[in-house]
Amino acid sequence: MDVEITVKLKKGLLNPEARTIGRSLNLLGYKNVSDVDTKKVFFMKIDASSKDVAKKQADEMCRRLLTNPVIEDYEIVTK
Amino acid sequence: MSLTDEEIGIARTRLGREPNEIEWAMLDVMWSEHCAYKSSRPYLKMFPTQGKDILLPVGDDCGVVRFDEKWGIAIGMESHNHPSAIEPVAGAATGIGGIVRDIISKGAKPIACIDPLRLGDIKRDERSKYLFENIVKGISSYGNCIGVPTIGGEAEFSASFNKNPLVNVVCVGLVEADKIVKGAAPVAGDTMMLIGSKTGRDGIHGVTFASEELTTGKEEEVRPAVQIEDPLSEKLLIDSFMEIYQTGAVRGCKDLGGGGFTCATSEIAFKGGKGASIDMDKIRLREADMAPWEIVLSETQERMMLVVKKGREAEVEKILEKWDVPYARIGVITDEPRYIIKHKGKVIVDMPVEMLGDAPTFNRPCEPIPKAKITKTRITDLKRYFLSLLKEPNIACKKWIYEQYDNEVQDRTVIKPGQDGSVTRITDKAGIALGTGCNSAHCGIDAYEGAKEALAEAIRNIIAVGAKPITIVDCLNFGNPEKPQAMWQFKTAVEALTEGMKALDVPVVSGNVSFYNESDGKAIDPSPVVTALGKVELDKMMTMGLKDEGDAIILIGETKPEFCGAPVVDFALEKKTNKLILELIGEKKVSAVHDLSKGGLAVGLALMAFKGGKGFAVDVAKMRGKIDGSEKLFSESNARYVVTAKSAAPVVEAAKKVGLAAQVLGKSGGEKLHYGLFETSLSEAKKNWENGLEELLI
Amino acid sequence: MIGVLQFPGSNCDLDVIHALRDVLKADAKLVFFKEQDLSGLDGLVVPGGFSYGDHLRAGAVAAKMPVLDNVREFAAEGKPVLGICNGFQILCESGLLPGALTKNTSLKFICKWVEMEVCNDTSAFTMEYEKGQTVRMPIAHGEGRYFCDEKTLAQLKKNGQICFRYKGENPNGALDNIAGICNEEGNVLGLMPHPERCSEKILGGEDGRKMFECMLGYIKSR
Repeated sequence: MDVEITVKLKKGLLNPEARTIGRSLNLLGYKNVSDVDTKKVFFMKIDASSKDVAKKQADEMCRRLLTNPVIEDYEIVTK
Repeated sequence: MSLTDEEIGIARTRLGREPNEIEWAMLDVMWSEHCAYKSSRPYLKMFPTQGKDILLPVGDDCGVVRFDEKWGIAIGMESHNHPSAIEPVAGAATGIGGIVRDIISKGAKPIACIDPLRLGDIKRDERSKYLFENIVKGISSYGNCIGVPTIGGEAEFSASFNKNPLVNVVCVGLVEADKIVKGAAPVAGDTMMLIGSKTGRDGIHGVTFASEELTTGKEEEVRPAVQIEDPLSEKLLIDSFMEIYQTGAVRGCKDLGGGGFTCATSEIAFKGGKGASIDMDKIRLREADMAPWEIVLSETQERMMLVVKKGREAEVEKILEKWDVPYARIGVITDEPRYIIKHKGKVIVDMPVEMLGDAPTFNRPCEPIPKAKITKTRITDLKRYFLSLLKEPNIACKKWIYEQYDNEVQDRTVIKPGQDGSVTRITDKAGIALGTGCNSAHCGIDAYEGAKEALAEAIRNIIAVGAKPITIVDCLNFGNPEKPQAMWQFKTAVEALTEGMKALDVPVVSGNVSFYNESDGKAIDPSPVVTALGKVELDKMMTMGLKDEGDAIILIGETKPEFCGAPVVDFALEKKTNKLILELIGEKKVSAVHDLSKGGLAVGLALMAFKGGKGFAVDVAKMRGKIDGSEKLFSESNARYVVTAKSAAPVVEAAKKVGLAAQVLGKSGGEKLHYGLFETSLSEAKKNWENGLEELLI
Repeated sequence: MIGVLQFPGSNCDLDVIHALRDVLKADAKLVFFKEQDLSGLDGLVVPGGFSYGDHLRAGAVAAKMPVLDNVREFAAEGKPVLGICNGFQILCESGLLPGALTKNTSLKFICKWVEMEVCNDTSAFTMEYEKGQTVRMPIAHGEGRYFCDEKTLAQLKKNGQICFRYKGENPNGALDNIAGICNEEGNVLGLMPHPERCSEKILGGEDGRKMFECMLGYIKSR
């Protein structure tokens, strides 16, 4: 099944890239833009017997490799 | 809350009432070990801190020494150990950020950094490897981005640091001697401006977290203590502040570091003998719903506290707007020495300013640790031992590290990483040298001699490049001061360093103490890391690579049987030897100089060969002294240098004249490292040395 | 008068000023990106650093700033424009030079000296070098791997736009060992190594000095 994993910095932590982009957009004339934020999305196919199994595996992948659990949160969607 | 019952009692008495919740939170931070130096201050008083070249002594965000008529050199040293153990990239990066801001706060332009690191056993401990790789990444990404070259450093690996890496960082800056900015606000009516990143929830309680041991399994819980780095913001602070200082509108400045807003605002008023009245509503927030206690404790990085002369705020603000740096006028300096914060019209904090600035200290009990008994390693195959030693992370080439650091930005670096010391030029004629030292394994064996050695080695490292020492900075990394043995190790190190500084006539101008480097009840080997700063004339710099074929190789100093264990340090001997080396360099009597340390003579000579691209032939068997072959090759006795010279006689003469041992061991040249007791090809040895670290890492 | 463009995060701007003013005794001044006015300048340098923190992509944000429109006009007039490191990235992102710079294959930042072969000796910045000559210059970058599509590479080769190629060792995986290129007209050049860091012997070598001498010579000849 198709799996989509979205990774985001934990609430309260600074996202310097999002902030720079927001400021630059304002500077380029888009003064009506605020609260820019960024996420990272991983797409993959997982060959598993059920969505639950796939989700569990994806969860493990997040903890082991895809995210830095100290500063990032993640969401898994199976399709 | 980390305050003891005794401290709580003292707080109530000094305030004359029960502190409210936010006042308790502030005291918890200001009276923490990290901010207040409760356990260390009674001992640090011993340090010699005055000298004719000291322009700004210990006590401010960093120190400043005189370089010449016009220039002062700001220098400071900091640690970011606990955060780096949890999130190594951000921890190390924000460590650089913090020390760089300390330099900026004194009116100086940051021009170089040094990173002495201590990591776990990367050969056997996966986590240590992970921490090491990412600590370097953190320093690299931050330092490179802000345009401050990391020109030197050190990496020591030992299982002792498996759970407690030590990330110490040094920064030096350039400031006109008569334009130094102090961290004090002595004039009432001046405006307090908070400048830099908007305040968020970063690192709340980060400072109290640094004052507690790391307990395995608690990592998820300490999460909010992590601060995310933003080097772009820091670069904008550097650029805007250098312009702001030119206006002359600045009265005082402090950077916001450990202790955040509370520390910077209370200390700057306290040091000025004044008070502060702050309007919390003026502080610009990243998240609108922050509670007052979160605002005062926030450790959002890349922020500065500037005290601006009354009426001149617009000049400063114009520059900040040019660089798009957020700012706010958040308060005023008052005559009455009270620290007052108003929030939504109400006074929420009202304390005597000295209460925050002057925390009670402890006289902690000490219990001596006897010198460890060391069984000497028996080497059966000298060549094999030597070749494997070259691959050891502690000895191997550190190129993997420093090639990730931009060590040339600002066009000043004239002796780049890889030599004993690094040199960055200040004028057309002269520059400053930086060298660092600490053998923590030796300190673990003998806390006294080990600490002496840290100072001796740091100094030798700058002597070797031709620099005359001016001052040192130190970072004292130890275990839990509430445990008498760790406290004794600290006290001993301070005594040892004091002895050395007095003997070598080199005062300390700034420093840092990091306690609680302990996990699961086990402390790190004591690590009193010293970084020395010296002045060198550019036409009299020296490097260690073997230069010409046929140069005589001369060993200066006496080799004792100190292959294992902690070698002793004789400061009078160090002083005399250093003086001789500087004279030999100044009089152009030598072509290469290297001071001996880890791995002794065998490794020292090999390094000179690798850097020079040529081999040598010496006969170690002929070395004076009743010691066996392994001692001759690998003893780590102090106060020793290897020098090369076209003509050996003048060197030997000069040494003899001052009563120092000097012996010609052989000559440079050829494709072999020939020691007499064994030999190996230059290329094989160099390969081992170059790959030692590379092979272990990505 | 040579202008050195300054963005938030540029950090080699003062080094370029130093090389031009102190070493080559030429007139040079900083041009803050908000200023935008390039009139009165005879040449322009877009220096190295981490403009906008390298956020999004290195040079991506700077390339979209209004001042780049003026840089385009400036270049169209035949005036010399030099992009060093982050400057090269900015020139590519803004379309003044073809191709793009991306992450080094090692995924690490690399600071070391490299050897390059001079492949073009007619551009405004290489006309006093000799084609085939070997030069040594320092690099310091995390995103220096040059890339372009086949068609572009063929064009670059056909027009002799490749100015420098890494020799011996390719430090970042750049396509065809490309270290620096110029536009068709030869008045805009971008390279990853830093000539301002090798304009004085004491810093490790002087091969970069000539690049600035070429620019000054080119200006004089116009």
